[in-house]
Amino acid sequence: MTTYQEFIQQNEDRDGVRCSWNLWPSSRLEATRLVVPVSCLFTPLKERPDLPPVHYEPVLCSRANCKAVLNPLCQVDFRAKIWACNFCFQRNPFPPSYAGISEVNQPAELMPQFSTIEYIVQRGPPTPLIFLYVVDTCLEEEDLQALRESLQMSLSLLPPNALVGLITFGRMIQVHELSCEGIAKSYVFRGTKELTPKQIQEMLGLMKPGVSGPHGQPLAPHDAAASCRFLQPVQKVDMNLTDLLGELQRDPWPVPQGKRPLRSTGIALSIAVGLLEGTFPNTGARVMLFTGGPPTQGPGMVVGDELKTPIRSWHDIQKDNARHLKKATKYYEALANRAAVNGHSIDIYACALDQTGLLEMKCLSNLTGYVGHIVMGDSFNTSLFKQTFQRVFSKDYNGEFRMAFGGILEIKTSRELKVSGAIGPCVSLNSKGSCVSENELGVGGTCQWKICSLSPSTTLALYFEVVNQHNAPIPQGGRGAIQFVTQYQHSNMQKRIRVTTIARNWADAQSQIQHIEASFDQEAAAVLMARLGVFRAESEEGPDVLRWLDRQLIRLFMFHLRRSPFLQVFNNSPDESSYYRHHFVCQDLTQSLIMIQPILYSYSFYGPPEPVLLDSSSILPDRILLMDTFFQLVIYHGETISQWRKARYQDMAEYENFKQLLQAPLDDAQEILQTRFPMPRYIDTEHGGSQARFLLSKVNPSQTHNNLYAWGQESGAPILTDDVSLQVFMDHLKKLAVSSSA
Amino acid sequence: MNVNQQPHMASPYGQPQSGYQGYQQTGYGNQHVPGGYPTPYAPYNGPASTYQPGPPQGMRGPPTSGPPPVSGTQAYSQFGQGDTQNGPPPMAALQQRGPQPGYVGQYPGQQSYVAQPPAQAPAPAPKRLDPDSIPSPQASDIPPVQKTRHRIDPDAIPSPIQVIEDDKLNKGNEPFVTGVRGQVPPLVTTKFQVKDQGNASPRFIRCTAYNMPCTSDMAKQSQVPLAAVIKPLATLPLDENGPYIVDHGESGPIRCNRCKAYMCPYMQFIEGGRRFQCGFCSCVTEVPPHYFQHLDHTGKRVDCYDRPELSMGSYEFLATVDYCKNNKIPQPPAFIFLIDVSYNAVKNGMVAIVCQELKTLLDYLPRENPNVASNIRVGFVTYNKVLHFYNVKASLAQPQMMVVSDVADMFVPLLDGFLVNVAESRVVIESLLDQIPDMFADTRETETVFGPVIQAGLEALKAADCAGKLFVFHSSLPIAEAPGKLKNREDKKLVGTDKEKSLFQAQVSFYSNLAKECVAQGCCVDLFLFPNQYVDVATLGVVPTSTGGSIYKYTYFQGQADQERFLNDLRKDVQKQMGFDAVMRVRTSTGIRPTDFFGSFYMSNTTDVELAGLDCDKTVTVEFKHDDKLSEETGALMQCAVLYTSCSGQRRLRVHNMAVNCCTQLADLYRNCETDTIINYFAKYAYRGVLNNPTKNVRDSLINQCAQILACYRKNCASPSSAGQLILPECMKLLPVYLNCVLKSDILHPGADISLDDRAYLRQLVSAMDVAESHAFFYPRLLPVHKLNVEGNALPVAVRDSEERLSKGGVYLLETGLNLFLWVGANAQQELLQNIFGAPAFSQIDPNMTSLPILDNPYSKRLREIIESFRAQRSRYMKLMVVKQEDKLELIFKHFLVEDKNNSGGASYVDFLCHMHKEIRQLLS
Repeated sequence: MTTYQEFIQQNEDRDGVRCSWNLWPSSRLEATRLVVPVSCLFTPLKERPDLPPVHYEPVLCSRANCKAVLNPLCQVDFRAKIWACNFCFQRNPFPPSYAGISEVNQPAELMPQFSTIEYIVQRGPPTPLIFLYVVDTCLEEEDLQALRESLQMSLSLLPPNALVGLITFGRMIQVHELSCEGIAKSYVFRGTKELTPKQIQEMLGLMKPGVSGPHGQPLAPHDAAASCRFLQPVQKVDMNLTDLLGELQRDPWPVPQGKRPLRSTGIALSIAVGLLEGTFPNTGARVMLFTGGPPTQGPGMVVGDELKTPIRSWHDIQKDNARHLKKATKYYEALANRAAVNGHSIDIYACALDQTGLLEMKCLSNLTGYVGHIVMGDSFNTSLFKQTFQRVFSKDYNGEFRMAFGGILEIKTSRELKVSGAIGPCVSLNSKGSCVSENELGVGGTCQWKICSLSPSTTLALYFEVVNQHNAPIPQGGRGAIQFVTQYQHSNMQKRIRVTTIARNWADAQSQIQHIEASFDQEAAAVLMARLGVFRAESEEGPDVLRWLDRQLIRLFMFHLRRSPFLQVFNNSPDESSYYRHHFVCQDLTQSLIMIQPILYSYSFYGPPEPVLLDSSSILPDRILLMDTFFQLVIYHGETISQWRKARYQDMAEYENFKQLLQAPLDDAQEILQTRFPMPRYIDTEHGGSQARFLLSKVNPSQTHNNLYAWGQESGAPILTDDVSLQVFMDHLKKLAVSSSA
Repeated sequence: MNVNQQPHMASPYGQPQSGYQGYQQTGYGNQHVPGGYPTPYAPYNGPASTYQPGPPQGMRGPPTSGPPPVSGTQAYSQFGQGDTQNGPPPMAALQQRGPQPGYVGQYPGQQSYVAQPPAQAPAPAPKRLDPDSIPSPQASDIPPVQKTRHRIDPDAIPSPIQVIEDDKLNKGNEPFVTGVRGQVPPLVTTKFQVKDQGNASPRFIRCTAYNMPCTSDMAKQSQVPLAAVIKPLATLPLDENGPYIVDHGESGPIRCNRCKAYMCPYMQFIEGGRRFQCGFCSCVTEVPPHYFQHLDHTGKRVDCYDRPELSMGSYEFLATVDYCKNNKIPQPPAFIFLIDVSYNAVKNGMVAIVCQELKTLLDYLPRENPNVASNIRVGFVTYNKVLHFYNVKASLAQPQMMVVSDVADMFVPLLDGFLVNVAESRVVIESLLDQIPDMFADTRETETVFGPVIQAGLEALKAADCAGKLFVFHSSLPIAEAPGKLKNREDKKLVGTDKEKSLFQAQVSFYSNLAKECVAQGCCVDLFLFPNQYVDVATLGVVPTSTGGSIYKYTYFQGQADQERFLNDLRKDVQKQMGFDAVMRVRTSTGIRPTDFFGSFYMSNTTDVELAGLDCDKTVTVEFKHDDKLSEETGALMQCAVLYTSCSGQRRLRVHNMAVNCCTQLADLYRNCETDTIINYFAKYAYRGVLNNPTKNVRDSLINQCAQILACYRKNCASPSSAGQLILPECMKLLPVYLNCVLKSDILHPGADISLDDRAYLRQLVSAMDVAESHAFFYPRLLPVHKLNVEGNALPVAVRDSEERLSKGGVYLLETGLNLFLWVGANAQQELLQNIFGAPAFSQIDPNMTSLPILDNPYSKRLREIIESFRAQRSRYMKLMVVKQEDKLELIFKHFLVEDKNNSGGASYVDFLCHMHKEIRQLLS
């Protein structure tokens, strides 16, 4: 018998699923007593180099409201050529093509190792990938130049048949026609006037009266592809577009003293959405927004153009002083919904020193995007942006883009379970089915979600409810099953369906509580609960969420989450908070854990690098620390090391070992940088350096200026903070845990 | 007409008076007798019966005009005294011709007279048809008594040609010196030189009356309109100097403290030159120290003749920053070309022609110093139902097109690169102009917008913070969904009804609001129309006519045939000198004030004429009214000041001063009038009237006012004579014939074949015409080309606009100011035809030719020279049409023979004169 540890690992490797409990309590009552709900983290497109896709259609259960896919858990009568659905128990005959089936000749989907299987299916004509660049021109020349280069570079990374489009904006919005010879042509819109999708399509000449459908419907996609001058295959307009990008000028309208440039991000996005809506509905497409500042005019504006009014802070929001917040958020939400309905995703690359309105715009990517496609940086002229952007177009082991479009995730559960909701980059498709629970957790009330854009690491948290009544026991050995059916458009234009079917044993909580306890996956539970926390934090007041968390998680280790920027807004701008939260709800378990509790490695002459406690006591003069918070990668040189380094010992032949010590964390950091998306902020600092704050803000403040002398001076560095340390927190927690009121 | 050549012994007014002539034929024919001609002439030589439609006999007429007695003789006998008051024919005689279509029912006494049997045997009818053979002088041989009831000899009524020729003879030889107050300048048809000695040249200002009545009572009594026709930026002939530029330094031009009149020769320096008294309001103002100058013994400043503003009628001041909009020195103006690229515009060739022409034309943008490149920047827009702006920045390799489809809410999509310097961006501009025709060659877009087009230009000028001019080349009714969208409302059934006025009014109020905005920005709009059907000129023209712009209309434009006219118009229009963002103000001496203004401009208050653009052809007619008494001693002064931005971006003030006499005697008024100017005023007054009144009312009020003018003269100034006599003041003897032309014009009396667009077009055109243009427009010049003397420079004497005057053997050139016709008689000599057309026979002349073949013979050369010189005189290029006698085109030609009856029922000169006489008699009795 393998340990749970191994079981969990196996399951994750095969199916991309991590459950909070690996034995499920068999009744509703028992389930609710467990505090942490029956739930799982699911990575729909988990990379499976060992999983060859099959080239046929899945076999579906014939019951109209079931339609579950044939899977290894189904009982099969090879003689009668009949299989029983393990969700609804319907007995289904095999289709004629399965005539040759027998115990020794089984199709892949019946083999246990294919509990996750991928089908390549034929559905309509293949549509190319679509990339619509929406580029802010209100940038500093240096920034714009860097962006121009990045964009030009990206053209070479796109598949040659991918369609590209270019929209530039500043005070006005220009939609560039790419197919024209001679005179460069663009359609111009003013940034202050909201237009209906129909108007936009009319003004772009996409709708010809008389050609359009009876209800003024836009042209069918394949017609539009031919006639849409704004989206053209890269191979055809490569030169044109490179020139166009090369000639891209800064917004020419003068910006008076004391004003922000007028930036019409809102309308630019609505035109981008309108354009795709009219030309390529229900086709995978990415709108990539590159912006260098907050929207300052028109619908969706986040701040006025007066520099004397600063952009809203958490303080303003709490005081209800953020004038544009609600309106802008509503505006972007409406846009995001429209895009999501058509399967278009919107990425935001925001590079500015100040906030850019991510708070308002986040829904664009939350609803439509997937992990990492909100990118926040200080400038387009940083490697953070450049490499991140490059990594968007990275390819997998098959040489295919690590992106997928238009995903629809459907969940089927066995009778004892119902799905309460999902938290992640998805929108509800409002598909009510028999397996939908009435109690919502996250985005609920549906068994289907749209995930407009997927990457191999996109991970959803799914929450379930055990509906079996206490007085209707499940027979011993009974198993609950969940099937995840993910339809998506692969980056190579194939339509694919990935089906994952998992099953877990039921256990009676009264008699088998120790088994259930043993099946608890602490890591998964932490992330799942954290997601719930973040989900609440997005919609509720901060302190309330903390209280809820404290109440719920009194038995869990949640100290770092409590201090994390996902729940705390102190010292973070609203944009930063949105950014962090966005990534938190998208990333897979490992990354999520890093985000909750950053990893700290210590390098010293005393031995190999070792993970150390995220504690101020770990900050020692003769150590080099490497901290990975997911968003930042901090290399911290202790006081002595730093002095040595300044004295340039590493350049002396006799101190080769010091040189190696210095190099070791750099190499490790490089490794992380290679794989991480988005690129973390890379910080190389030393004791007393201003950037050391990134480290100091994360470690457990076991030593602060208050108790500095009590703890002695030799161990670690004091942190100037009023936050309670883990010790205090734990003491308090213990007190609460035993007090009767808890 | 001979009246001017007669000694006027009996005239109490010291000047010749023109009586109703027609009875003396000394000016014409071979029996001319210079000097007093005592013989009483018989007025009638035509047999009445020939023209009698045969009304029922025996009917009685109203008692007001008794049957013509033998007293007719008496009237004519007065003639014998050498007075110019030729006896008029009794009405009875006049009315023998029977009812005229135009005046049906207006002759209450008509029927009674026609009942009179003709006293004379009819003369042979055919005579009338060949004017050359009319033996007019023979009439004098016939005893008057016998001719009482004959038709009036057209030769015997005042002849415009005679008046024009006389004026040339009398006034064309020596320069017209403006220093003398109250003198009437030569006619517009006379070539003369002007010497500015303190009053503005008649090329700048012409008045209806150079002796203004002192009191409003007199003015009312006479009904003579007091108006000035001002053409502030008129082009002067090469031999006359343009206005000098005066710089009064940083404090700006010196002005009267109270009325703000500018320093001018009418300012009286007093107290040794330390102060001056304003000639307009009499206020005394300190002379600023830097302007001080001593006075000589006559009280004149010593530097009087060194300073144009003290000695000249017209000059310019450099304006200071106080005179600029927002107190900012203006930017150089810009020209924006907005070209319709819808299907029609592409198909008729307009787009290609414009683009081709602009490539060269842009080198000739107006400039003040011919050696320096023009400061004017240019921009380009094409449009159909969306607008395409072009970025033609010099640094670009290719122009960039920016499409704005949001026509509901127009804006300019670019700032930098839209308005450029031609020299700097030449390559990009040429590339653009080369590509535009190709880009839209296959267009299938037929709908256009118009309002947003002007808005686009306006917004561009706003964004560039400058004044400028839009050249809009437009082809069709703007029916696309956009502000200013129009519907086709052409409804000919409304003509002649009380609702006719709505046809002249704008369909929507959008354009007048837009015009207001344009004026505020100094955005002048010139509109070139290329319609194939109704485009609603009345509405489209609102912005051009309110911004000092022009409308050019090329109906059924065809590249080949109409290119020359269009291109010449375009070249002239682009190149002509003009001022931008102009404000004109007319100040007058106490006693009168300007009350009404006519022309292409906008007024936001009652005094300032705002002109977004003012070119050298635009004319403003100003009407004055008394608000107090004027004094004979000081006369009446007026000062027209135009503040404008020159094409180089300099802010200037052009000042024109005019002093006229004031009189207490009506006779003085009548003796110093200018009929052409009065007609100019009347036409503009009437053409504006049709906007708000039924056309018939407008016509009636014109006739009425004219009758009152003449009746007042008859009553107060003419020597006593029979009431039946028509006596006209010498200066106004052409008033009836010209007025008839105004009444018969297409605006006030449309024929069936004239389109509503054409009427609206002409109406707007006339409203900005100067006197010379309005003269030719209403009384076209008809030159007998066959009498051309190829040796000298002299033109043959014109003939009167009547078919009677055309000889079958002749070739005539008719000039209307807008068109040229070459009428070829059926019997024209072969040699003549060969010389002109290179065609051996009448039948071989191609009636479709638009220009004469270039033939190497003096005759052809001279004729082409004449045509060219005519064209050069007019602001618009006149297309030449060859009209063969009896050809179907002749109908159009005949329309311009304004002394004749016309198809639509316009009265002939003779008939109208009779009618006028009737009206006068009614007023007198």
